[in-house]
Amino acid sequence: MQRQVALIKQSLFDQGYLDEQFMELEELQDDANPNFVEEVAALYFKDSARLINNIDQALERGSFDFNRLDSYMHQFKGSSTSIGASKVKTECTMFREYCRAGNAEGCLRTFQQLKKEHATLRKKLEHYFQAS
Amino acid sequence: MATKSKGNMEKTESIETKKKLNVLIVDDDPLNLKLHERIIKMIGGISQTAKNGEEAVILHRDGGASFDLILMDKEMPERDGVSTTKKLREMKVKSMIVGVTSLADQEEERRAFMEAGLNHCLAKPLTKAKILPLINHLIDA
Repeated sequence: MQRQVALIKQSLFDQGYLDEQFMELEELQDDANPNFVEEVAALYFKDSARLINNIDQALERGSFDFNRLDSYMHQFKGSSTSIGASKVKTECTMFREYCRAGNAEGCLRTFQQLKKEHATLRKKLEHYFQAS
Repeated sequence: MATKSKGNMEKTESIETKKKLNVLIVDDDPLNLKLHERIIKMIGGISQTAKNGEEAVILHRDGGASFDLILMDKEMPERDGVSTTKKLREMKVKSMIVGVTSLADQEEERRAFMEAGLNHCLAKPLTKAKILPLINHLIDA
């Protein structure tokens, strides 16, 4: 069972979904706080859902306030960095570059990819925590 | 000394600071608050949190709070890290203030944050490895 958990985790790293920051989180987990990483992940997905909703609404309005979008994505990137969500972080960076370039189409395209990576990570981490 | 289990392997590390620190963590991100609280606890400190700079100022002004160390996020609503640090120094707060910045921040932004009155600046994400030597060094100084 432990081997299966280890394999699941290793694949998350090998496929680039997680980076070394996730290992830092695991270092903060101990017998007194056995669910620390899962609690952090829950906070991340709660907050990121809010940010995705805010960005979705802003993009649906059609008026591209690039400063506001960049600000939302700055937060999103920050929390993605803190949990080690590598692919999501990469999409956040690209989105911010498109914001700075005033490229609406780039923002829309990148945001779709970001949501996809975010959803995949969520599913994979849920599977990992269930197995642990 | 702290001992933690890692599967079947016991790992003992000396991970505590030389003195039990009383730390204020100022950040609007609940995830960072949880993470930094945990780091401080694991290195042997105790912590209190403020969700933004204005709360941190109010804690000092009205509550007469006193901390060994303040971890100050830069980007926050109500009052950001630069403004909060300046204000706390104007209020003669003598705590060590360590700014916590994003890697994306430009050099000028970091410099402005330092000039507001920080003792040091660290880039997110904070880790035990980043903060412990700095705290011990600051205590020794």
